[in-house]
Amino acid sequence: MSFRDFADIGELARALDAVGYLPDQGVATAAYLAIRMRRPLLLEGDPGVGKTALAQALADLTGAELVRLSCYEGIDASQALYDWDFPRQLLHLRSAEGGGSDERSVYDRRFLIARPILRALEHSPSVLLVDEIDRADDEFEAFLLEVLADNAVTIPELGTIRPDEPPIVVLTSNRTREVHDALKRRCLYHWVSHPDLDREVEIIKRHQPELSERLAAQVAAAVGAMRAAGLVKPPGIAESIDWAYALQILGARELDAAAAAATLGTVLKYREDQVTVERDVLPDLLARLG
Amino acid sequence: MDPVRGLTGLARSLRAAGVAADASRLAAAVGALAHVDPLDPAQVYWSARLTLCSDPDDLPRFDAVFAEWLTPPRPVPVMAPVPVEAPLGAGPGTDGTGAVERVAATAIEVLRTRDVAAVTEVERAELRRLIALLAPSVGTRRSRRRRPGGRAGIDRGRTMRAMLRAGGEPLVLARWRQREKPRRLVLLVDVSGSMSPYAEWLLLFAHAAVRVRPFATEVFTVGTRLTRVTRALRLRDTQAALRAAAATVPDWSGGTRLGESLRAFLDLWGQRGAARNAVVVIFSDGWERGGAELLGTQAERLRRLAHAVVWVNPHKGKDGFSPETAGMVAALPYVDALVAGHSAAALAELVTVLRTA
Repeated sequence: MSFRDFADIGELARALDAVGYLPDQGVATAAYLAIRMRRPLLLEGDPGVGKTALAQALADLTGAELVRLSCYEGIDASQALYDWDFPRQLLHLRSAEGGGSDERSVYDRRFLIARPILRALEHSPSVLLVDEIDRADDEFEAFLLEVLADNAVTIPELGTIRPDEPPIVVLTSNRTREVHDALKRRCLYHWVSHPDLDREVEIIKRHQPELSERLAAQVAAAVGAMRAAGLVKPPGIAESIDWAYALQILGARELDAAAAAATLGTVLKYREDQVTVERDVLPDLLARLG
Repeated sequence: MDPVRGLTGLARSLRAAGVAADASRLAAAVGALAHVDPLDPAQVYWSARLTLCSDPDDLPRFDAVFAEWLTPPRPVPVMAPVPVEAPLGAGPGTDGTGAVERVAATAIEVLRTRDVAAVTEVERAELRRLIALLAPSVGTRRSRRRRPGGRAGIDRGRTMRAMLRAGGEPLVLARWRQREKPRRLVLLVDVSGSMSPYAEWLLLFAHAAVRVRPFATEVFTVGTRLTRVTRALRLRDTQAALRAAAATVPDWSGGTRLGESLRAFLDLWGQRGAARNAVVVIFSDGWERGGAELLGTQAERLRRLAHAVVWVNPHKGKDGFSPETAGMVAALPYVDALVAGHSAAALAELVTVLRTA
């Protein structure tokens, strides 16, 4: 199956659903247009709302490879694009000594290490996930813009590599700094928000099918209340799934004070937050659920 | 309605509302419309939003303009930019150059140490020039990027190339070293009522900092709410930048909820990276109408993230100052330096503190 096969947004949404990603209309339209217009998709939103999961789901749809490039401060072309395999080049040079080895034989394709971007271009169709672009610096953004504009890579010693079908590119950002406007202009922009209660229940059940409907609904309600409580790190979908999993392992039938106390660490990652939730959020919530 | 015409009108209204819906984004919006069902309002909404917006701040504006736009068949209104009453003192008429010349050289020395809240109309222009000349910046930190030279490690690519030239002999080991990057500087300017004589000057100071390092400096105003003004301050022209910043800030001379504003900053920006390893400067007198306890815990949080926290309190420059406001007392244990910022000279001193922070 190819990305081109999806006739409309509804069909893509159903296909995403089938691989375990429940899209709302915004996400479905964003993914559909990214495929159709061949534009990179820039996803922003709170941590844990499923930005990375969308890239994975897009790859699963067609059996395309997901190539992930995690950005960090100081990442450069040799870590993102390609690098030369220095030890092997050296061995080659040594063994060919006297045999007149020239520059071409050292810069041969077999000594080239494909880093994520080159790999994504060589393995089309593929999904290239550029994760946390806001962690990289300005220089890298400019470099990335060049690659995304051309959908091709030029290696001076080898020539240009241009795939028939450019990869679907998903960029994510946590807004630790502002992404350059030139890069934003190239992308479709989507702000991913937390799911509403019903969709979150659905998502939890999708990941933990054995969990009872009642417990899934309680987890979703509790996580919703925590997000409204002004915590240092409000839980994302990933945390609600983890929590549901922990509750299931412990064999909890419903969310009560004991079960919550035993598993709170899977949802809340700051001590202050645990104190706040145990003091202000949980008593209220358990009273309502009870 | 012709869809291209309609979208052009939408983009124009969006620009008037402050969304950067430029020509290339409009072209993308027109392109996107070809792939969706133009009769389905939800699909039109999403295809326009995905292409025309590029920032979370854009989204509420987009929703408002789009709702207006969707009610046919009225022609799309072209919104005139709303004139904003900028509380930035003198208009263009009062700070002519003639006035500047009247300030004698000896008077400048006096002006340097004069409390900025008490300057006369004539002295304002000269004082603006003094502050704009400051180049506030902080030191550097080590980046993960490399540059040739030094002794940190062997640059394998360059060594390989040198070896090829030498016929396979490793004659020269090319090395790399780590590059230095400017450390981030974050300025939080209190614009509440009690700070209003100083806010304009502090923003001017912030503008000077943004001009020195546009991409390593972030400026926010705090008061009853948090507002990011970095983008406005990137305008080169001082007056235009200050006007743009003033237009962005909705809570000039309002109350102070410093703890809550600081928490908003840490939640939305600071913890995600803006404050990490940065030098954070808080310009405030510490008058806190919310609980001082909240301010204390947020200051503690900030201290754990930042490289250094500098508190600038204009009242420190006055005789008999002691940090007595509840907010100040709560935050003080987590502050690396408490400095005055009430005059051009005091701001120049702040520049020195920042350089060594």
